[in-house]
Amino acid sequence: MKAADISLKQLFQQEFAKMVAVISNKFGLAHIETAEDIVSETFLTAAENWETKGIPPNPAAWLYTVAKQKTLYHFRRNKILEQKVMPALTARQESTEEANLDFSHENIKDSQLQMLFAVCDPVIASEAQIGLALRILCGFGIEEIAEAFLSNKETINKRLFRAKEKLRTAGLKMELPPASQLSARLDNVLHIIYLLFSEGYYSQTQNEILRKDLCLEALRLGLMLTAAELTNLPKTNALIALMCFHASRFDAREAGDGRVVLYEEQDETLWDTALISQGIHFLDLSARGSEVSSYHLEARIAYWHCMKEDAAEKWEQILQLYNQLLQINYSPSVALNRTFALYKANGREAALIEAEKLKLEHNHFYFLLLAELYKEIDPEKALRHLKQAYSLAKTQTEQQGIREKIDRLSA
Amino acid sequence: MKDFILLFRQPDYDHLHLSPEAMEALKQQWQDWIGGIAAQDKLAGRGPRLSQEGKVLKAGGVITDGPFVEIRERLGGFIMIKAASEEEAITLAHGCPALASAGSVEIRAIS
Repeated sequence: MKAADISLKQLFQQEFAKMVAVISNKFGLAHIETAEDIVSETFLTAAENWETKGIPPNPAAWLYTVAKQKTLYHFRRNKILEQKVMPALTARQESTEEANLDFSHENIKDSQLQMLFAVCDPVIASEAQIGLALRILCGFGIEEIAEAFLSNKETINKRLFRAKEKLRTAGLKMELPPASQLSARLDNVLHIIYLLFSEGYYSQTQNEILRKDLCLEALRLGLMLTAAELTNLPKTNALIALMCFHASRFDAREAGDGRVVLYEEQDETLWDTALISQGIHFLDLSARGSEVSSYHLEARIAYWHCMKEDAAEKWEQILQLYNQLLQINYSPSVALNRTFALYKANGREAALIEAEKLKLEHNHFYFLLLAELYKEIDPEKALRHLKQAYSLAKTQTEQQGIREKIDRLSA
Repeated sequence: MKDFILLFRQPDYDHLHLSPEAMEALKQQWQDWIGGIAAQDKLAGRGPRLSQEGKVLKAGGVITDGPFVEIRERLGGFIMIKAASEEEAITLAHGCPALASAGSVEIRAIS
């Protein structure tokens, strides 16, 4: 890709989401599809125009002007039709004649925040939610979304179509929820951002740029919430801290061939210290108030992982955080990580007793952990567990990694 | 799976005399034990921590400062767990730090 192409792509990603939010804010969420079409057309015009005349000095302003013209044209033309077909137009739509889209910084910010809450409304099924967020809030193309989900364009298109139908039929409005519901609705928003980040961080896709993009977009959406007082809560800051700490290891964990470099084997000079500092800043902010969310605990765990040395205090802290996390949010992977921390803090024997109790017989990570714990004291048993893990592994890269462990132990 | 309540009964000792390090170590023991149950996905709920002092109402309107004057142990707190049988619930109760400090764990099914 040429440098100019990349900037155009970035411009698209940034401006697409802003323009769709502003247009939808003006005409209502029922017209979100129209808003998307108008913005897509705007970029098509831009691409044609800029190819011959070059990119204008202020491309965003150029795009806003064209989008305004196209919007006005569309709704004026449509109004004649709508007046014939459905005479009872809402007051909001009636004023479209003199509609002037407000692309001020303030209005873009407000519109995007409202859009974030609309997209994360619990009435939309969560599988569609991440896709919709990627499309509407992050300006991702259908092809990219399909790649991120290891799916195809048709499936994603159908999913997005249904989600937008839902936006329309559920009568969702572009507005922040009332103060009494805000905290609960914010939980949904944070959860979707968290899923979006995880999708990027743990995605099976080989496309590293795409994965990183997903993570950075999730971080951007999180930061968007800190711009408004109502949504800039300790749990918001905790989630941002969590994402910063994880993202700081992004380059260090890429082996270059689509494989992930395990934490223990990472070159910590590749860790992004600026992101770690940013994480610490948000972690400090998250400590205001008394609420301890799972994001708080996960952020603290990620913080301790930013220290490479195996200090006893580090693993004791991590163990205690996992103990707490399990009590509010059980998952098999948290249980496995907790047992690994127990091994690091209290030794092999203590961890083995606890590990044997977990009985996660269908989880290949469980057998990898058992193999790690048995490696020194009973290599035979460790080998059996590795073979079990191999038979349960889901992807070729995972199998390859386990195969290498088997070879090393057998040698 | 049934739900059981585990009630911790402990001698009435004064935590104020413990050093911060000893308090921290005690807290870690409890957390490690509960974490171990939660890691097996068998924690059904955590009871709120009970305060040191309490009152007991007896027949005839007699109010006392708590059960400590009459029995050796007081109720320290409780958790709720999920277990297939009473036997499993007892297995899970093993390792409770209350036992290490001459206390006991009472296991009761919740119906």
